[in-house]
Amino acid sequence: MELDVRNAKVYAYTGGKSFDPALPCVVFVHGAEGDHSVWGLQSRYLAHHGRAVLALDLPGHGRSAGQPLASIEAIADWIVEVLGAAHVPRAQIVGHSSGALVALEVAARHPGRVDRIALLGAAFPMRVSTELLEATRTDEPRALQMINIWSHGAYAHYPSSPGPGFWVHGANLRLMERQKRGVLPVDFAACNDYRGGLAAAAKVRCPTLFLIARRDLMTPGRTAQDLVKAIAGARVVEIDGSGHAMMAEKPDEVLDALRDFLSSAMPT
Amino acid sequence: MAAPKPPHLDTLSLHAGQQPDPTTGARAVPIFQSTSFVFRDTDHAAALFNMERAGHVYSRISNPTNAVLEERIAALEGGVGSIALASGQAALHLAIATLMGAGSHIVASRALYGGSHNLLAYTLPRFGVETTFVAPRDLRAWGDAIRPNTKLLFGETLGNPGLDVLDVPAVAAIAHGHNLPLLVDATFTTPYLMRPFDLGADLIYHSATKFLCGHGTAVAGVLVDGGTFDWEASGRFPELTEPYAGFHGMDFQEESTVGAFLLRARREGLRDFGACMSPTTAWIVLQGIETLPLRMARHVENTRKIVEFLGTQSAVASVSYPELPGHPDHELAKRLLPRGCGAVFSFELKGGRAAGRRFIEALRLFSHLANVGDAKSLVIHPATTTHFRMDDAALAAAGIGPGTIRLSIGLEAAEDLIEDLAGGLRASQKA
Repeated sequence: MELDVRNAKVYAYTGGKSFDPALPCVVFVHGAEGDHSVWGLQSRYLAHHGRAVLALDLPGHGRSAGQPLASIEAIADWIVEVLGAAHVPRAQIVGHSSGALVALEVAARHPGRVDRIALLGAAFPMRVSTELLEATRTDEPRALQMINIWSHGAYAHYPSSPGPGFWVHGANLRLMERQKRGVLPVDFAACNDYRGGLAAAAKVRCPTLFLIARRDLMTPGRTAQDLVKAIAGARVVEIDGSGHAMMAEKPDEVLDALRDFLSSAMPT
Repeated sequence: MAAPKPPHLDTLSLHAGQQPDPTTGARAVPIFQSTSFVFRDTDHAAALFNMERAGHVYSRISNPTNAVLEERIAALEGGVGSIALASGQAALHLAIATLMGAGSHIVASRALYGGSHNLLAYTLPRFGVETTFVAPRDLRAWGDAIRPNTKLLFGETLGNPGLDVLDVPAVAAIAHGHNLPLLVDATFTTPYLMRPFDLGADLIYHSATKFLCGHGTAVAGVLVDGGTFDWEASGRFPELTEPYAGFHGMDFQEESTVGAFLLRARREGLRDFGACMSPTTAWIVLQGIETLPLRMARHVENTRKIVEFLGTQSAVASVSYPELPGHPDHELAKRLLPRGCGAVFSFELKGGRAAGRRFIEALRLFSHLANVGDAKSLVIHPATTTHFRMDDAALAAAGIGPGTIRLSIGLEAAEDLIEDLAGGLRASQKA
C-alpha cells in the first residue's frame, strides 16, 4: 500500500493482505541498498497469521519517493511518522543490518510507540571498511560485489528464498543494483557514522531479540555483544549456516525465531 | 578484511546450489525421486501453499534435486534463478506463456532451431500469438518489426545452423528502448562461452539436452531470469504487475522485486502446463555441468582443428564458423565470444545432396543423428532432418543450402576425427 509522509509517497508491502491497523502491527525495516522484498516470506507469513504488516521501502529505495535519509536517527524519526500515517499507535519493529540500528533508535527515541524490537545482523559500531566505503562512492559495481560476497555464508540454500530455484547471491546482487544511483554511499555512511548505539540500547525497555547468523562476515556476532549486554533481558538466537543475508539464506529459521518472539507473552 | 573475489565458473559448476546432504552426509547430489513431500503440520502445509514459506510440495512444481540444478545454472549465468523443464522447447513455451496471451506479438531472429521456428510460425498463431521473423544481423529490422502489442524479442546466441552471432548488446538496446525484454536461446554457447545477462539479455533458456548435459543421455531444458528487467516500469506486463486471480490475487512484482517472472512462471506455468523435469534427469544434467568448463574447452579446441582441416579440403566448398575471417560475424564473435564459437558448425560439401549422402554413410566415428552437444561427435544433413519443414526460400533465409552438413564436434582425439572426416570426404566425391 502507499502512504503519504512528508508529502512523499511511501510504499509498504502488507504481506498480500489488506492492512488493518486494528491488528497488532509489525514493521519491517530493510538494510542498506535493499527494499521490502528482503522480508518476502517472513512478512507474508505474519500477515496471514493475525498481524498487520508494513514491510517498508525506505525513502529513495524501491518504490518509495524522495532521497535516502542520511542518518539512523533521521530514519527512526521517519518511521514514527509512517506509523502515524498508517494510524498505528504502537508497533513491533523488525530491522536488518542498518535497519536493526533504526529499530533500536525507534525504541530508544519513541518508547511509547514500540512494543518490542527484533534486531537481525545488528552491530555497534557498524563500521564499514575504508575500502568498501570508498568503493560505495567511486566504484559502485565493485562495492556491490564486495557486499554480496560478504553477505552470504554458503553456495547453497535449502530452501532458498523466495522459493525453490532462486539463487540468493544473484537475487541479492540484482536487488542492490535496482536501487537508484547515489543511495548506496548514503546508506553506508549512515551505518558508519552512527554513534548512538550504546546510549540507545541503555534506553530500551521493551523486549528485544537479537538474531545472529554464525557465518556473518558483514556484522559478525561479536560486534553485537555490546548491544546485547546493554539491553536488559535481551534474547539471542543464533542461526547456523547463514551469513548476513539470513532472511534469504535461512528463511524458515528466521521466521520461526521471529514468530516465537513476536507472539510470546509480554513480560509483566 | 581483503576485498573478496567472486567464485570462478569452474567452482560454481561443482558447488553452486548444493552442499553435503545434512541428513545422510552424501556429498553427491541425491536424487529425490519422490512426487511429494510431507508437511510438518497443517500450518506448515498452508504456509507452503500460500508462499509464506519456501519448500517443496509436489514435484511438478518443485523438487530438491531440480532446485540444485536450478540454482546452479542461475549461478553460472549470473541470474536470479531458473526453472528446470522437460525440454528446451518447454522452456521456450514457458517463457512465452508467462509473458503474453492471445493478441500478443513476438519479434524473432530468422536463424532459429527448426523446432523453435515451428512453435512460433505454425503453432502459436493458432493461440493468437504472432511472430515477425527478421534477419538477425539487420538491426534496423528488429526495431521496425516492433508493434504496440509486441511483448518479446527473441534470438539464439549462435543461430542454428549457420552460426549467426546475435549482437546481444545491440538487440537488447533495441528491446529496452521499447520497454521490452530480450530472450535468448544460449544452448550453443553455454555460460562457458557467453553470459548473455552480462551483455544485456533479460531471459535465457537452454536445451540442457545439449552441452549442459553433455553426454546425450537426457532431454531437458532450463529457463533463467536475469532479474534485470523492470516489468513495472515497462507497463506492458499486467501478468506480472497486477493481482492474479489464479493465485490469491498475488501481485508477483510486489512480492519479489527481482523474481516476479520466475514466481509466475512456476506458480502458473508449471502448475498448469506441467512440463516439469524428472529429478533423475536433473541429476543427469548436474553430472554434466560438473565438467562443463573442461568439456567446453575441449569441444572448442577440437572444433578449431577440424575447421582448419576442412578449410584445406578440395571436396569442401565452404566452412561456416565465426572464428574464420570470412564469416560475416567474425568481428562480432571476437568481441562477444572470446573463448570460442562453440562446437557446432556447418560446411558446404561439393556435389549437393548425393555427395552429402555418400559422405555421411562413409563416416565411422561421427554418428548420424538429430542432436548436438554430445561428448561424441555427431553429423546431420539439416535440409532433410531438423529443418525439413522449411521450403527452399526459408532454408536459404536461415543460411542453409542443399549440401549443408552440420557437425557437432565431440571430445574424441581430434586426429581420429580428422581421419574419419577425410574418409567421408573421399567417398563423397566418388560418383
